[in-house]
Amino acid sequence: MVLLLLVALASIAIGAKSLPLGDVWHGLFHDTGTYADIVVDDRISRTVLGLLAGAALGLSGAVLQALTRNPLADPGLLGINAGASAAVVTAITYFGVTSLSGYVWFAFAGAAVVGALVWFLGGSRGATPVRLALAGTAISAALYGYLQAVMIMDDAALSKMRFWTVGSLASATGSTITQVAPFLAVGTVVSLLLARPLNAVAMGDDTARALGANLNRTRALAMLSATVLCGAATAACGPIVFVGLMVPHVVRSFTGPDLRWILPYATILSPALLLGADVFGRLIARPAELQVGIVTAVLGGPVFIFLVRRRRTAQL
Amino acid sequence: MRTGGLSLRLDLRALTVVVLLLVCALAASVVLIGTGDFPIPAGDVLKTLFGGGDAGQEFIVNELRLPRVLVGLLVGASLGLGGALFQSISRNPLGSPDVLGLSQGATAGALVVIVLFSGSATAVTLGALAGGLVTGLAIYLLAWKQGVHGYRLVLVGIGVSAVVTAVNGYLLTKADLVDAARAVVWMTGSLNGRDWTQVWPLLGLCAVLLPLVLANARGLRMMEMGDDVSYALGVRVERVRLLLMVGAVLLTAAATAAAGPVGFVALTAPQLARRLTRSPGPNLVSSLCMGATLLVTADWASQRAFGADQLPVGVVTGVLGGVYLLWLLVTERRAGRI
Repeated sequence: MVLLLLVALASIAIGAKSLPLGDVWHGLFHDTGTYADIVVDDRISRTVLGLLAGAALGLSGAVLQALTRNPLADPGLLGINAGASAAVVTAITYFGVTSLSGYVWFAFAGAAVVGALVWFLGGSRGATPVRLALAGTAISAALYGYLQAVMIMDDAALSKMRFWTVGSLASATGSTITQVAPFLAVGTVVSLLLARPLNAVAMGDDTARALGANLNRTRALAMLSATVLCGAATAACGPIVFVGLMVPHVVRSFTGPDLRWILPYATILSPALLLGADVFGRLIARPAELQVGIVTAVLGGPVFIFLVRRRRTAQL
Repeated sequence: MRTGGLSLRLDLRALTVVVLLLVCALAASVVLIGTGDFPIPAGDVLKTLFGGGDAGQEFIVNELRLPRVLVGLLVGASLGLGGALFQSISRNPLGSPDVLGLSQGATAGALVVIVLFSGSATAVTLGALAGGLVTGLAIYLLAWKQGVHGYRLVLVGIGVSAVVTAVNGYLLTKADLVDAARAVVWMTGSLNGRDWTQVWPLLGLCAVLLPLVLANARGLRMMEMGDDVSYALGVRVERVRLLLMVGAVLLTAAATAAAGPVGFVALTAPQLARRLTRSPGPNLVSSLCMGATLLVTADWASQRAFGADQLPVGVVTGVLGGVYLLWLLVTERRAGRI
């Protein structure tokens, strides 16, 4: 919790443009009428988005890992990133949408449609982890093929998509946040409530039934909440990888496998991670910045590999 | 089968499949040579290949289209074989060079050349080859801990793949639009404009690697039963695994360098070959032939569906790969296997 607070404060204080701390403090509470206002406002929106999106990504990752019983599950695995990307590129090319707030609805719709499709292809009532993963991979493959085809044929799409697909908090505005906030809120609440049933489901189908968990309902709700959370986060920021994959592992290392502890801790730790990566990206490439999606991947990869080497997770 | 002093055990069904696939690949190649802005009927193509045919047809066939088709066959075969090797070593039907990050590594090499050095086509090819090799080496070294076991390889590959994908994204954002467009075209995997300069290196590499790999096929088949059993049966597991991985990485890197990262041939060819031959081992030769057939057919489809050279073959294989996985899902469900 303390870590989160510190990182959030750092996110407001530090940025690609160096602003003395006194100005930042001033800008938070008064309108100084200088560019400091804009910068501080931007940073606040960015921090808020980072908090919300980070929590959403970490939570959806934890839920998906429990749902698919696969410690490597990532929201991207179920095709959500692919669906959002394909929808955004369609918006740019065929509907002429150019602003981020326009993309948001398309991306969210794309993620939702793909999530539903994966659910149905995975068998809805009879959905097992392997079927879901296979359906997700299949749909991702087809959608990425479509994405590449459109990017080749349309230069405008290429020039916009290459920035959107790396995942960045930079284009955050107040309106984007208010657009996605309700979905994030609903998704978070549903996920946290699913902690207990998911604990049972994670132990295997038969054990879950024996323990009284309603398998179909739990699975459907988990899928729904993970899709909503990840779809909203991706719609606002673009696809950010590894947060949903790494955070549950890190959390699990000190909480153990009980989801009632993993989910809340994931909700707190992953925004800290995301904002930390964002701050790092701002510092390292002054006066420009490195997008947060790139930082999380480049920093997260070695951490992931270290985890794989150190523990017996290799025996999955 | 016994002839003279040689005694071999041949699987009749597998042999039939391999022969049929070879025939299909060759037939598809002939058709592909005849396709394009100047359609040439199949009979004329055959005539020109064997020496007859007028000057115009000879130019088109021998200078423009034959190299492209040869590159397609070789790349398809390399990818099919590389994919079969990876899937067998990682003991996972989804363990393909795309998942393990080799294609992303080759892409990174190519992107570095395109974006940072604005290199020529040959430079891009070399960059892609170097990128693929470096990534393969990195994955192997990172996964090595008193030997490389299947799952750790896949996991490390996924990690490396994500890092390299991010680096590629970064390079794409830093490029100007022209370079970015060029990069995206390369990244999709295409056989456009491939000529004899790509054929010879690829042919040479395949000629060297194929016997090496196929000689170790028996060891690989036993390794599928588990490391302990293989040691007990006298197979030098680590050596065979290293050799085959080096071979697979070289094949995939060379194929990616020649045609760009063509998705899903490496993933689907071994599985389709296995389904056809119904034989339990790694099916190296049949995957080879299936990969070649798939790529040439996909190239023909990409030309016919959208007009000559409109869409790169990588798009078709990507979409086909998705359809294949969906089909796999449905049939496996029906058979109750998943």
